[in-house]
Amino acid sequence: MTGIDDPRASGTEGYNFAYLDEATKRMIRRAILKAVAIPGHQIPFGAREMPLPYGWGTGGIQVTAAILGPADVLKVIDQGADDTTNAISIRRFFTRVAGVATTESTAEASIIQTRHRIPEKALREDQVIVYQVPQPEPLSKLEPRRAETERLHALADYGLMHVRLYEDIARLGHIAKAYDYPVMVNGRYLMSPSPIPAFDNPKMDRMPALQLFGAGREKRIYAIPPYTPVRSLDFEDHPFRPIRAPHACALCGSTESYLDEVLTDDAGGRMFVCSDTDYCGERQVAVAQEAAE
Amino acid sequence: MTADLPQTSGRTPLLNAEGLTLRFGAIPALVDVAIDISAGEVLAIVGESGSGKTTLLRVLSGMMAPDAGTVRWLGDDLHAMGEAARRRLMRTDWGFVHQNPRDGLRLNVSAGGNVGERLMAVGARHYGRIREEAIAWLQRVEVDAARIDDLPRTFSGGMQQRLQIARTLVTRPRLVFMDEPTGGLDVSVQARLLDLIRGLSRELGLAVLIVTHDIAAARLLADRMLVMRRGEVVEHGLTDRVLDDPQHPYTQLLVSSVLAA
Ligand SMILES: Nc1ncnc2c1ncn2[C@@H]1O[C@H](COP(=O)(O)OP(=O)(O)OP(=O)(O)O)[C@@H](O)[C@H]1O
Ligand SMILES: [Mg+2]
Ligand SMILES: [Zn+2]
Repeated sequence: MTGIDDPRASGTEGYNFAYLDEATKRMIRRAILKAVAIPGHQIPFGAREMPLPYGWGTGGIQVTAAILGPADVLKVIDQGADDTTNAISIRRFFTRVAGVATTESTAEASIIQTRHRIPEKALREDQVIVYQVPQPEPLSKLEPRRAETERLHALADYGLMHVRLYEDIARLGHIAKAYDYPVMVNGRYLMSPSPIPAFDNPKMDRMPALQLFGAGREKRIYAIPPYTPVRSLDFEDHPFRPIRAPHACALCGSTESYLDEVLTDDAGGRMFVCSDTDYCGERQVAVAQEAAE
Repeated sequence: MTADLPQTSGRTPLLNAEGLTLRFGAIPALVDVAIDISAGEVLAIVGESGSGKTTLLRVLSGMMAPDAGTVRWLGDDLHAMGEAARRRLMRTDWGFVHQNPRDGLRLNVSAGGNVGERLMAVGARHYGRIREEAIAWLQRVEVDAARIDDLPRTFSGGMQQRLQIARTLVTRPRLVFMDEPTGGLDVSVQARLLDLIRGLSRELGLAVLIVTHDIAAARLLADRMLVMRRGEVVEHGLTDRVLDDPQHPYTQLLVSSVLAA
């Protein structure tokens, strides 16, 4: 986020730096500032058409474009991986329109745009994480009328969300939500963390990095400033538990990371590996070095 | 608990209103209506269809603003206190039982979740205790506690109304608005439900503002009653007095038609 408005920082010919024109960026930054001032509260913004369809992270891309400076180092992950089509195309987009450096290393990145995961490695104060959000409204399934959900937020009237969790326990014995598990931000606003696994929710709590959320189709931005308390909803006698598959990563042996189950052959062979490819790769190198010593 | 409060009117009212006027285009739905209700009192509003009973409840409960007049809750102007305060009242000190259970229940949420919602809305966060309270309330309104995890759509009309009452009373409101809570039910089911409402209102010292077509129901439940016609209160007083010695010709007609029937 250095030298944001540096006029020399032009990217490819014909584009403004980071694709968006300066007026649009200012509008988005104003929305971001409001969002930071009211943690967890959704701020409407005039989302622009992007050269990608909705569902490809246009909200996240606009937030990233608005905060990106020429000295930034960008990491993009999709489901934890840096090498999926979506992540690669977003990274390429910013290389082209902003000429910024990109990385797959969590530690080296100054901005991390993500879909569906938070990196395993703890983020720092000098980093920003930008989430792509399909549905910013945590109450949308319970109350489809937007005017009414806005009223519920204004009054912090969140009994309905607890009814939903109550129903899960009554029917299944536990809270069924494994993704997009609702959180209370700073003890005030109910917030959708985007479709990250519930396993990642505790990472949001008092995170040193700034967390920004962009929903393109729904035209909403929200934020969690550094070190803000973030609590997953639960009941006293059914406390929130982050769940991971009870295995070690087949590649690096981690028993702490979030695992994906992958097919290894056509015969139904399967294994569990870290969803965070950067984390897994680093651990494999470390394990190999230890073995060599 | 408010059970030891005196049962008759004449004290500082919980809710009072003056000069309530509201038109829907050419229709005068409320014409200079005054009303008050005190703690523990049951007040019935009777009148023919279209006389403004539902509109009056909606204005008194802050769901609708009048064109003129004021409503006061414990002396505070309801329409000046802001929506947040009104909503808080609606989930704490007040309850609303609708004629149609579909308007008062969440049909896609279990009976237990329906009863627990108000508890959770005011901060209950212990699943086991919410459930215990829901079971106790189902028993109290005579719904089989084994049905706690069933959806209300599988309940009979009478059971749905009982569930709606449990869901409303679980947070011990001081005043409950009921809009024809026995409408659309069989006569025998109606009678049992009225008994239940009477029992609970006495036991809990509830103030109840009940709209009904049914003069017999008013006689059974109400300390006082108020007769409406074309948006106006044409008569009001102690129930026995109004029914035994009606003053207004419309009330006389109403009472005699019931006796004749
Ligand atoms: N939203 C509305 N828009 C227009 N007119 C309305 C509206 N609500 C009520 N009215 C009219 O206002 C008058 C009073 O209606 P209200 O529903 O209060 O009567 P009611 O006494 O509750 O009747 P019922 O016994 O049939 O329920 C009626 O003439 C009705 O048609
Ligand atoms: Mg009515
Ligand atoms: Zn691994």
